[in-house]
Amino acid sequence: MSVTARQGAPPELLEATRSEAALRSFLHGLGGVDAVGLETRVAGLATRSIKKDAKLAGIDLAIAMVDLTTLEGQDTPGKVRALCAKGIHPDPGDDDCPSVAAICVYPDLVATAVEALGDSGVGVAAVATAFPAGRSSLEVKIADTTLAVEAGASEVDMVIDRGAFLSGRYGQVFDEIVAAREASGNAKLKVILETGELATYDNVRRASWLALAAGGDVIKTSTGKVSPAATRPVTAVLLQAVRDFARLTGEVRGVKAAGGIRTSKDALRYLVLVQEVAGPGWLTPDLFRFGASSLLDDLLLQRTSQRTGRYHSADYLPMA
Amino acid sequence: MARLDVRKTWKLWIGGAFPRSESGRTWEVTAADGSDEVANVSMASRKDTRDAVVAARKAVGPWSGATAYNRGQILYRAAEMLESRRDTFVDEVRFATGATARAAADEVDAAIDRWVHVAGWSDKLAAIDGSANPVAGPYFDFTLPEPTGVVGVLAPQDSALLGLVTVVARAIVTGNTCVVVASAQAPTVAISLAEVLATSDLPAGVVNVLTGFADELGPILASHMDVNAIDLAGAGDDWAALEAAAADNLKRVLRPAATDWGLDPVPAQMLALTESKTVWHPRGM
Repeated sequence: MSVTARQGAPPELLEATRSEAALRSFLHGLGGVDAVGLETRVAGLATRSIKKDAKLAGIDLAIAMVDLTTLEGQDTPGKVRALCAKGIHPDPGDDDCPSVAAICVYPDLVATAVEALGDSGVGVAAVATAFPAGRSSLEVKIADTTLAVEAGASEVDMVIDRGAFLSGRYGQVFDEIVAAREASGNAKLKVILETGELATYDNVRRASWLALAAGGDVIKTSTGKVSPAATRPVTAVLLQAVRDFARLTGEVRGVKAAGGIRTSKDALRYLVLVQEVAGPGWLTPDLFRFGASSLLDDLLLQRTSQRTGRYHSADYLPMA
Repeated sequence: MARLDVRKTWKLWIGGAFPRSESGRTWEVTAADGSDEVANVSMASRKDTRDAVVAARKAVGPWSGATAYNRGQILYRAAEMLESRRDTFVDEVRFATGATARAAADEVDAAIDRWVHVAGWSDKLAAIDGSANPVAGPYFDFTLPEPTGVVGVLAPQDSALLGLVTVVARAIVTGNTCVVVASAQAPTVAISLAEVLATSDLPAGVVNVLTGFADELGPILASHMDVNAIDLAGAGDDWAALEAAAADNLKRVLRPAATDWGLDPVPAQMLALTESKTVWHPRGM
């Protein structure tokens, strides 16, 4: 391990990142996750009923938290421009409808998105570092990141090397995150843990702390390319990690739940989780995001249904 | 020791599954034939209606994409399944209407024949309604009927089985999918019919049956933006408000009319829930 945490970090963190052995003992010294207790608590929070004004406010907040995503081999500049137009004005018939937080694309389409979004305030997130598998050399990953940042990406979604993490090479994962952090410059760095491949909640907690200690601004559940993607229990573990990290260091980091979140009901349950696990301070697009492609459509359908009192149709939503 | 009867739970039929109403509501339907039997029937709610429309929307693609020939086979299959449960249906029609055994049997027989009649029309309607149009230019120009989409159906209140079969069959034969609000007088007949359709190779969601009250569920279907047409056969006299609500997304509306359900539907009645598509195709050398 070649790099240590930044100056000014609390002694525990400086000590933990001094060497690979110290990092391993720190990560394995984290408390284990009580899987049954966690899932019970998350299921309990899902029963909370959110109606009327609270539901409308929740839907608007969720829309503002969406990273509207297209990560397909068939993506074209035209599709990205359409997605950007939709991201700026999700409901063209209602100026009060908030814009999404960011448009998430592959690095080669960043320039197209930057141009299409202009000064709308909607960010451009680029997936990088050999997304989605993360299986390449550090040089290639850094070049990938640089490509995205130079094209104007305001956020970089990197993937960790799950193979290295699972075989215990925590130092390598740490160094790669630090290197990506440097290559990202002023862009916000989101670290994708791909929790669907980490197998246990304990691993998810360790990976969360590892990513936070290495300087990730946001920890993100999944690429969306692996099933299971985001689940509420896994997101709760991430939220606990950012909460505890903030208590330890005073630095406030974010969480992004990505993949598999398709309905407004599900999104509202995530917001309850954010409020109850991390705290109300995290209920902002700066600190919590949804990575999704079809979720926005359901949020818009529910938003319109709530406002008009009649069920709405996808025929009236902008395509993209 | 006397055996305990296994009583049937009367549920809804949504997306190929038989759920209870999400609201948990039921109401008691008493026998019209003088027996002391009582059926506790699920009372569908606003959210059940929403779920049914979602299921119907999902089924539009596969059902409208199936060949007319295949749709005809499936409708014929419904007649086969109904035939094999003929006696049960006679009892259920009597329970719902108090009809004599003879009259009930006649209605069930007519309902079976109705499926066969409509099934036969499935691959012939396009030939009746479609046309090759003479145009002033080097084009083939032809017009074809296409399904309207999701149809909300308020089933006739005055005909327990035959009216229900007619409104469902004429809606789906052209490739529409439907959400049917069963007659409040004969909900058990409608659910038994759902069991017949569930075993007729009909894809899930093509027909969805809600038992409940047309005055509660009708406005929800009429104002639903994702419903493309509404058949007001069982709406009663106060249907003007439903038609007004349906105008918001330009739903096709079938107004209620005095109908002799004993008569087979004519092609125009089946074609009422279709849209004409005209295609211009350049003519080659």
